Amino acid sequence: MDKLIIGGKELKNRLFIGSGKFADESLIGDIVAQTGVEVVTVALRRVNLNGGKENILNYIPKDCVLLPNTSGARNAEEAVRIARLARAAGCGNWVKIEVISDNKYLLPDNNETIKATRILAEEGFVVLPYMHPDLYAAKELERAGAAAIMPLGAPIGTNRGLKTKEIVRILIEECELPVIVDAGIGKPSEAAEAMELGAAAVLVNTAIATAGNPAMMANAFSQAVQAGRQAFLAQPGETTEFARASSPLTGFLRS
Amino acid sequence: MSFYQIIEEFNDFDIPAYLSNVSTSQVKATLQKDFLKPQDFLTLLSPAATEQLEAMARKAHQLTLQHFGRVIQLFTPLYLSNYCVNRCLYCNFNSDNAIGRRKLDAQEIRSEAKAIAATGLKQILLLTGDIPGKAAVEYLTEAVTLVREYFTSIGIEVNPLAVDDYRRLAQAGVDSMTIYQEVYNQEVYDSLHLSGPKKDYHWRLNAPERACQARLRTVNIGALLGLHHWPSEAFFTGLHASYLQNNYLDTEINISLPRIKAGPVGYQPQSPVSDAELVQILLALRLFMPRSGMTLSTREPADLRNHLVPLGITRMSAGVNTAVGGHIDGHTDDGQFRISDERSVDEVRQMLISKGYQPVTQDWHHIAG
Repeated sequence: MDKLIIGGKELKNRLFIGSGKFADESLIGDIVAQTGVEVVTVALRRVNLNGGKENILNYIPKDCVLLPNTSGARNAEEAVRIARLARAAGCGNWVKIEVISDNKYLLPDNNETIKATRILAEEGFVVLPYMHPDLYAAKELERAGAAAIMPLGAPIGTNRGLKTKEIVRILIEECELPVIVDAGIGKPSEAAEAMELGAAAVLVNTAIATAGNPAMMANAFSQAVQAGRQAFLAQPGETTEFARASSPLTGFLRS
Repeated sequence: MSFYQIIEEFNDFDIPAYLSNVSTSQVKATLQKDFLKPQDFLTLLSPAATEQLEAMARKAHQLTLQHFGRVIQLFTPLYLSNYCVNRCLYCNFNSDNAIGRRKLDAQEIRSEAKAIAATGLKQILLLTGDIPGKAAVEYLTEAVTLVREYFTSIGIEVNPLAVDDYRRLAQAGVDSMTIYQEVYNQEVYDSLHLSGPKKDYHWRLNAPERACQARLRTVNIGALLGLHHWPSEAFFTGLHASYLQNNYLDTEINISLPRIKAGPVGYQPQSPVSDAELVQILLALRLFMPRSGMTLSTREPADLRNHLVPLGITRMSAGVNTAVGGHIDGHTDDGQFRISDERSVDEVRQMLISKGYQPVTQDWHHIAG
């Protein structure tokens, strides 16, 4: 059976979505209903900790796994504080660590991310660190107790696709943990590409939230993720440099 | 290298001459680029670029959507005090002006905060006139402590402070600061600021950098458009933002576009900026600094603000009263400037929703300490 298990939770849908950048947050519920998405990330900075009717959490269906992220954290210490706030506010014990101290390209800081992962994993969080794809850092995150790793496909919000493909391929090959491609995926075909490579899941926000029809785009992504996963499981045939006839002329020699 | 040295590099550069020589094809070529150099940015502030406004707008809209989504942040200023020791020709708080002066006490600060919080806003900007000496920081720290329970993000817009003072305020709960150079041209600056601590051009120019050094999360700068030749002023605003962002990667550098249309009695802006010019400045800044937040104040009328939403704006003030204590008793006299968009927070919210934007009233939590 093809199961994705993270933090003891069995997930059927390998498309994770973000909740920022939507014109109307009520679209999130529609998307979840239509696609069966099970994991939704939300920036804790946007969550009203006092509850209240105007709260992004009200738009995320209750049966989804809530993945609060530490957006806005500039170092490990801030990420840890935000994660603790999230748990105290009843957002569960999953956390996506985002440590970004570069406001120009929004690239994650792997060193600080590793530090935060170590602390939070020890505190019992299911830690999903957003990272710059790098094998040493990925191994370190494994040792630090991450539940999965989330390398970027391209700088966040750029919709440029799987620009880090070669390194992501190595991470998938070398890491025991599920590899979830996060950030940069702009089109369903790119999500399929990541899944064909063997990614465990993809997380998409900008490409869905800023599409002309976000619900339809989410559906397209969901299907692409499924297709990519099936293709990976089906073990694609070898690719070759030259055309090769399906009935080789020398077949008689082996019969 | 300080930002002043960058300004000095342009001492012998004839900006108006450069602008008048820019050709249409130069503008079109600039619009093809992904990353703009300072000279490219200046190109977009030229008369030739006015013919390409629609193309600039399309690109600015796309970039803003990509980086910020269909989201506009809402905040409002809270005026704590209009006492001021400066004599700035364009400002109503000028110590020469015979206006009613008021400084809120603790009780009044709480009442103002409560009244504003009741509108649903969670992001506040605390303002004062120039309070000299250490009194400013003590008063502000007290104010921050008082309003903290009502707001998730607290900004200050006060006279320039030292790094340690910004640090102290950050510890109290301030996460952002706003300071406008007003005018980057040093001679004009000198002529508009007759006396008071604000006469010190350099102390003010370096204030945003000191706030970055104190590790405030967000630093917001701007020029008061209309005080001097707008293309030069917009150009130096962009360069200043770029300088700060390059040197302080972990600070969010934002830009405001305040436009002065009329000052106190007896003052008229020397270089008025038209609506089309304001749009050109906004678009050029967005293309030069694609990730910078951009703020539009209620100095602009409702209709224009509505139209500017998709062009690169990311933050808007709403439910504004620039009078000290104005939210408690509803008076608007003796404010810092006359606002043009008098809509309530709810009306601005509805406008954004109708345009397909999500109004966001909260985007941070106090996590210090």
